[in-house]
Amino acid sequence: MKVQMTVNCRQVSGEVEGRTLLVTFLRDGQGLTGTHTGCDTSQCGACTVHVNGQQVKSCTMFAVEAEGAEVATIEGMANADGSLSVLQQAFQDYHGLQCGFCTPGMVMAAASLLAKNPRPSEAEVRRHLEGNICRCTGYHNIVKAIMAASGQHVTAVAAE
Amino acid sequence: MPKDGIGASTKRREDIRFLTGKGRYTDDINLRGQAYVHFLRSDVAHATLNGIDTSAAKDMPGVLRIFTARDFDGVGGIPCGWLITDRHGQPMQEPKHPIMAEGKIRHVGEIVAAVVAETLDQARDAAEAIVLDYDELPAVIDMKAAVQADAPKVHEELTSNLCYDWGFVEENKAAVDAAFDVAAHVTTLELVNNRLVANPMEPRVAIGDYAAHDDSSTLYTTSQNPHVIRLLMGAFVLGIPEHKLRVIAPDVGGGFGTKIFHYAEEAFCTFAAKQLKLPVKWTSTRSEAFMSDAHGRDHVTKIQLALDADNNFTALRTDTYANMGAYLSTFAPSVPTWLHGTLMAGNYRTPLIYVNVKAVFTNTVPVDAYRGAGRPEATFQLERVVDMAARELGVDPAELRRQNFIRKDQFPYATPVAVEYDTGDYEATLDKGLELSDYAGFATRLAESKANGKLRGIGLAHYIEACGIAPSNLVGQLGARAGLYESATVRVNATGGIVVMTGSHSHGQGHETSFPQVIAQMIGIEPDQVEIVHGDTANTPMGMGTYGSRSIAVGGSAMVRATEKIIAKAKKIAAHILEASDADIELKDGKFSVAGTDKSLNWGDVTLAAYVPHNYPLKDLEPGLEETAFYDPSNFTYPSGCYICEVEIDPDTGKVTIERFTAADDFGNIINPMIVEGQVQGGVAQGIGQALLENCSYDSDGQLLSASYMDYAMPRASDVPMITVDHSCQTPCTHNPLGVKGCGEAGAIGSPPAVINAVLDAMHRAGKPVAHIDMPVTPAKVWAAMNH
Ligand code: FES
Ligand code: FES
Repeated sequence: MKVQMTVNCRQVSGEVEGRTLLVTFLRDGQGLTGTHTGCDTSQCGACTVHVNGQQVKSCTMFAVEAEGAEVATIEGMANADGSLSVLQQAFQDYHGLQCGFCTPGMVMAAASLLAKNPRPSEAEVRRHLEGNICRCTGYHNIVKAIMAASGQHVTAVAAE
Repeated sequence: MPKDGIGASTKRREDIRFLTGKGRYTDDINLRGQAYVHFLRSDVAHATLNGIDTSAAKDMPGVLRIFTARDFDGVGGIPCGWLITDRHGQPMQEPKHPIMAEGKIRHVGEIVAAVVAETLDQARDAAEAIVLDYDELPAVIDMKAAVQADAPKVHEELTSNLCYDWGFVEENKAAVDAAFDVAAHVTTLELVNNRLVANPMEPRVAIGDYAAHDDSSTLYTTSQNPHVIRLLMGAFVLGIPEHKLRVIAPDVGGGFGTKIFHYAEEAFCTFAAKQLKLPVKWTSTRSEAFMSDAHGRDHVTKIQLALDADNNFTALRTDTYANMGAYLSTFAPSVPTWLHGTLMAGNYRTPLIYVNVKAVFTNTVPVDAYRGAGRPEATFQLERVVDMAARELGVDPAELRRQNFIRKDQFPYATPVAVEYDTGDYEATLDKGLELSDYAGFATRLAESKANGKLRGIGLAHYIEACGIAPSNLVGQLGARAGLYESATVRVNATGGIVVMTGSHSHGQGHETSFPQVIAQMIGIEPDQVEIVHGDTANTPMGMGTYGSRSIAVGGSAMVRATEKIIAKAKKIAAHILEASDADIELKDGKFSVAGTDKSLNWGDVTLAAYVPHNYPLKDLEPGLEETAFYDPSNFTYPSGCYICEVEIDPDTGKVTIERFTAADDFGNIINPMIVEGQVQGGVAQGIGQALLENCSYDSDGQLLSASYMDYAMPRASDVPMITVDHSCQTPCTHNPLGVKGCGEAGAIGSPPAVINAVLDAMHRAGKPVAHIDMPVTPAKVWAAMNH
């Protein structure tokens, strides 16, 4: 069946089966491979995108359920001139990523947190990331990056 | 000097692509016309496989071909890369490890058949129509039961389920026993090092491709060491010469050891692509990962420490059962032996040590190296038994350690377990750890916790590890079937830019950023003039890859050696142009100058001359500026450190929360402190995961009970605290050119005993003393221990 939606402000459409997941449509159908699949039980958050402004795990949703929706993925998160957004830049500045596999999901989750809660506490950041697993960083620098992106003071990376 | 040379916390250049969704992981690659494979995996642990009926499945829509073991006649088994010789001089028992079950199923998740179809859904649908005829056999799961005479055998052709019975150092056994006989005090501890699953967030992927025009095969795979895969798969499994086989490991989403090994799925995709003349792609689901990625740890140990009347350690002996799973994975036999027994001295002067390890086959997924590999198992038991001894003797655990440390004036120090530590200063890291953790202020925090109705405890652990793996001639004597050097080609382009092709592989470690910092420092140019190429056997020299915290210590050293050759040649070119003698040429800040004169040339002038050799010493020197070096280390490196953990326990629920965590490490010299800190924090989180949350468990029938993130508890953001990391104690390595030791595994090695020591300390202080609790210390276990 045919499905149509807006992805990163661009109108897209494609043929899918009823069982095609949104993440599969984005990755295989649209070539937007920044959204990752890290599990098959909706536990890891590597597939996190925004659907109509809400943070969604795109592995928990069928592509057809996103019919007509506005979808945002990591590929649409940079500034218009291609430079990193404040949040993306904070991830680089505070070394909030290592292998990068969880990163798109982390950025999407963090963007959604900051949209609702512009100055979250450390505990609020950690609670919000409950559905996103990172195996590399120990979360320390992800938390720092998100706090820094919200304009709060955090100690510099690597006290030299 | 470049502003981003050695020692700068340079931001990572690779982050840009990862942060914008432009990373290129294996699953992001789709080849034109590719087919998909779905593996039918066994859901029983042990069975005789009588037949596989594919008649209904093979005619289903989109199915291209169904493969079973029969299709692999003439194909080799998956090889094991390490041969262990047992206590009696006999080689280990080494069963065949077929690509698919051959007449017998030996673990849940073993591949029984493979369906290749036009789409993944078609392959999955068809797999459901395959009918297996098998007779289930009793499963062998418990290691001690597995070595009983009447135990069912995992492999009929072997004499028993015992892979090897290893003693180390066998000649010391009698002396060790004698020391125990006269000891003033003996502390005995039995413990389990829980089975774990490494769980890099990117599941494994393999894509096989075949080019008929030149009869060559390409494998794209999620590997930490593409050359090793090319060698093992090409030479031992499929019989493809290396010049006809290319292995590409592009961006890899974490490894932690589990992506070192050569897996059946890689060989299958390469094989099937050639058979079908189509690219064949496999993407593991997380559920498949749990039952097919090699697992880690899984030791059952009894350790005993003997002390004299003055609390000096006089002897140590251990008895360990180590699970190999159903087959021997690539490096499995080396983990409980040479990566474990040789570290049992820890940071201490214990003069007599004997280690016994029985490696056992069971009907479980193969077990192999996971972050730390053997060294976490050694450190855990040692740091637990030392803590227990301190408690039994009523002395401060920090002071008992200090008293028995190898002193800093004793290096190089030869331990009784065959290794020689080159440098270290264990008191320095201990003191740094005590200071940063505010050990002295613990009483105040304890009082606060008490006032809040909570228990509080503090625990410390000191670790040593052997990194920079490894001197080839030494590991060869120990049974390694590979060399463990590393390689680098440094190619200087005409206009002065540099490309380094390294055998090291980055899957999160940031080599693309840190390696250029080294070259920038050596030449005096900015690191953005240096590009790192890795992960493709077609354009990198034969290398052994990344594991064992070896990238900077071994791979970095190879790069330094190649760069030294570049500099030596460039100086000769400069000397010719400047009409000076080679010996008078100095290279500083990217400028060649003649000592004592104002004559100089820029880096770019010389590199251009190398490729446009008009004014060039052609009689003495070839044009061009490209050098390769292979570096084989003369020893391991020995990072060490002190980890201190502070926990609170809720007495009503038994839940442990980590309140503070301090890591004071000695990694020798450091290239990029930001990256080093990230490595430690990530490792500590994995260690906290092992201590509090993670457990891979099987029931007695061999069913894997923890096969998804619903059942296997991964540490999440709320489970770990901010982690204080310090690396100011530095005793540089004496035998590699950068003085570096490696930092990738330390966090996972030092943290589990620190956490458990803290938990037990809290219970002790609350008047509920328990000698030991096995990991993971879940709320249920802690509550039960306090209310027994
Ligand atoms: S892939 Fe969607 S939560 Fe893991
Ligand atoms: S950076 Fe590797 S999983 Fe988060």
